[in-house]
Amino acid sequence: MQITMTINGEQYTREVESRMLLTHFIRDECGLTGTHWGCDTSNCGTCAVLMDGEPVKSCTVLAATAAGHQIRTVEGLEVDGVLDPVQEGFSAEHGLQCGFCTPGMMLTARALLDHNPNPSEAEIREAISGQICRCTGYAMIVRSIEWAAAHPSAVEPVQEVNA
Amino acid sequence: MATTEERPIGFGRLTRKEDARFIRGQGRYVDDVQLPGMLHGAILRSPVAHARIVSIDAAPALQHPKVHAVITGKDLEAQGLAWMPTLSYDTQAVLATDKVRFQGQEVAFVIAEDRYSARDALELIEVEYDTLPAVVNARKALDPDAPVIRDDKEGQTNNHIFDWESGDRAATDEVFARADVVVEQDMLYPRSHPAPMETCGAVADYDKVSGKLTLWCNTQAPHAHRTVYALVAGLPEHKIRVISPDIGGGFGNKVPVYPGYVCAVVGSIVTGKPVKWVEDRSENLMSTGFARDYVMRGGIAATREGKILGIRVDVIADHGAFNATAQPTKYPAGFFNVFTGAYDIEAAHCHVRGVYTNKAPGGVAYACSFRVTEAVYLIERMVDCLADEVDIDPAELRLKNLLKPEQFPYECKTGWVYDSGDYETTLRKAMEMAGYEELRRDQAERRERGELMGIGVGFFIEAVGAGPRKHMDILGLGMNDGATLRVHPTGKAQLGISVQTQGQGHETTFAQIVAEELGIPPEDIDVIHGDTDTTPYGLGTYGSRSTPVSGAATALVARKVRERARIVASAMLEVAPEDLEWEKGRWFVRGDPEKGATIQDIAMAAHGAIELPEGVEGGLDAETVYDPPNLTFPFGAYICVVDVDPGTAEAKVRRFVAVDDCGTRINPMIVEGQIHGGLADGIGMALMEIIAFDEEGNCLGGSLMDYLIPTALECPDWETGSTVTPSPHHPIGAKGIGESATVGSPPTIVNAICDALAPYGVRHMDMPCTPARVWDAMHGKAAPPQ
Repeated sequence: MQITMTINGEQYTREVESRMLLTHFIRDECGLTGTHWGCDTSNCGTCAVLMDGEPVKSCTVLAATAAGHQIRTVEGLEVDGVLDPVQEGFSAEHGLQCGFCTPGMMLTARALLDHNPNPSEAEIREAISGQICRCTGYAMIVRSIEWAAAHPSAVEPVQEVNA
Repeated sequence: MATTEERPIGFGRLTRKEDARFIRGQGRYVDDVQLPGMLHGAILRSPVAHARIVSIDAAPALQHPKVHAVITGKDLEAQGLAWMPTLSYDTQAVLATDKVRFQGQEVAFVIAEDRYSARDALELIEVEYDTLPAVVNARKALDPDAPVIRDDKEGQTNNHIFDWESGDRAATDEVFARADVVVEQDMLYPRSHPAPMETCGAVADYDKVSGKLTLWCNTQAPHAHRTVYALVAGLPEHKIRVISPDIGGGFGNKVPVYPGYVCAVVGSIVTGKPVKWVEDRSENLMSTGFARDYVMRGGIAATREGKILGIRVDVIADHGAFNATAQPTKYPAGFFNVFTGAYDIEAAHCHVRGVYTNKAPGGVAYACSFRVTEAVYLIERMVDCLADEVDIDPAELRLKNLLKPEQFPYECKTGWVYDSGDYETTLRKAMEMAGYEELRRDQAERRERGELMGIGVGFFIEAVGAGPRKHMDILGLGMNDGATLRVHPTGKAQLGISVQTQGQGHETTFAQIVAEELGIPPEDIDVIHGDTDTTPYGLGTYGSRSTPVSGAATALVARKVRERARIVASAMLEVAPEDLEWEKGRWFVRGDPEKGATIQDIAMAAHGAIELPEGVEGGLDAETVYDPPNLTFPFGAYICVVDVDPGTAEAKVRRFVAVDDCGTRINPMIVEGQIHGGLADGIGMALMEIIAFDEEGNCLGGSLMDYLIPTALECPDWETGSTVTPSPHHPIGAKGIGESATVGSPPTIVNAICDALAPYGVRHMDMPCTPARVWDAMHGKAAPPQ
């Protein structure tokens, strides 16, 4: 079947099997390998992307389901050469080590801050609780998101279709 | 050449160079490798734990329009590749020929045009199994009537792998015989799994014309892997290039050579095309290197006043169906015999018996520092059992028995020589940070109210940074690591190292070591690693050995460059080399500090037109191979506070104080990150992680729905502190930190839980301390997990 979706503002039309997962569509069909895959069971969240501004686990969304929707991946966080504060925060506060969970974590953080620009530590922990990081023990991820909250965006806020 | 707080030229907090690509989604992991014409492989796995293979019919799979080839054990047998050597001098089936020996074992390999078709085709392969009784419980593996798992091995008539002893049995027995107090305790360190977020995988590309194999593989030890492929497959070693790209976490899971890698290589040779194989999460959890699985019986002997006299332990080590642990050859139980810990004792002895079971192979993984995890768990739990027996506060009991600074270097009762330590200072610092006395008062008040608050104390030592080569090798390869340093004419540099980061930040830390030694800013130093064609030989990153071994190599190769630079500078400044003095970044004339040359000027001169002294070559490059004179011994004191809900038996870690001493800290930010990650591992192991099996050998932890890993909600905000006791034999005094917290945190948490359950008379319970198991312990039914 032929599907079309918008990823990071760009339209992608591809002929795919109806069973194709969104994560494979993004990675294999569109070549955007910043979105990762880690578990098959929606537990790890390394595949998280934003669909219409909300985090979804792209390993359990069919590409066909995402047709017609706005997808944002890690490659879409930097706009016109300006890093998202979340990206800067993760580097400034050492919120990443191996980097594998990082794209999903940063996108969830972006969605959190879009809804709640000054989240508490508990709210941050709750927001990322559907994602696993094996390297950092989470404290520095929390600090990274706090850093981003304290250094609000120099870029325009993301368009939220369902907001 | 001023060092600023923002950008230190040398040691200090520095944000990571590698972050630039990771925060943009530009990391390149093995599954990101796309080659023209690339095919995809998938593995058919055994559904049962133990069975004879009656027949395999791959013909229906070959009919699939997108399938290019199916490889079975029989096909590999014809090439002599059905079995491969493990890193423990055993053999492991690449694809099963005679029997399957654990659930999830590799049976056939399908190569198809895309990953979906490859998976579809697996369902078309028909395999008939004749099921055999499975050996699941390691305690019963040596029963006379136990089925023999490894009947492929000539002369193997039971499930015994090895017996290994360390220490002095007679002296230990004598100490136990005269001690006032002897406490014995059975304990299990359950099977767990490193479960890195990125699973294992490879892309093999064999070029028939040149005969060169390029293998992208997320291995922690690319050079060692290259040598193993040369030995296994008979490919000439110079025709093998292993590229270890960005790795999404390793934790020891990515040290062994797995059948999937070999299948990808064979697949590329057979099809003439690149073949990618990436396992899924269930395959990762069910078939690749697990951790621990030590059934232990510990004993501790002491005086009535709490002076520890001796420690002994008997272990049954469950190695699974193939002995595929990665550890130095002379140490089949790894460095388990550091179980005497931080204590000044008279005698110690251990006996470890390795056995085969119908479970996945492995054992040395999950940041275990070659079984130091198991050793530290044993001693730290035994000390708490003793504290309970003699009714002395566990912190006080430890203070009473810790080695004193003046005893170093200290030869422990199993022969290790601890390099340096000031243990009491570290424990007292942790107690101060935690507010230990106040915590005990708070606990007493809460107990009055019926609340279950526990305070856990743990003190660990580690033994990391293997070799020396004369004592330590893997498959005969000495545990050394090389470094090459090329200084370009403009004073920028490239450092090549043999170890491979899986997130530890080598590109930053190792640049900082060169910066500290030469005064070249870290941003002017490119660190290359993970490519056997471009980096020096070495054994790789595991056992916390990168900084102790490769970090030393890096410092020493930079010092070689510095000495070369001195000779060049002497020619430039027309003075004798011995009249020059070094300050970070430049050589200057003694007594005339204005007259000097920066390392950048010297680099240009070394490549330039000046005449160099007789016998001195141009350029400013150097290389070295480092053979460590001894291991390094990091240590730390941990204190945690746990609350157990009396109604649900859920244990929650409220606070965790960690004071680590890893010697010199090159980049304190990265060091702290390493510690945080290990502390979360401790929460996982102590509270939730286990790879369990049912009686038939079915794996009960084969997905992340069953194998629980801590999230941000189970982890507290870590409270970390440090003391610094440099290693006297390491060029920069660094000891390694990658696994300290994983080693030290599990017993600390279990100590806290048992302390919380003291009103219920619980002295010990085995991990994982899940609500159901804590509930059982509260009701007098503590039992090892199945």
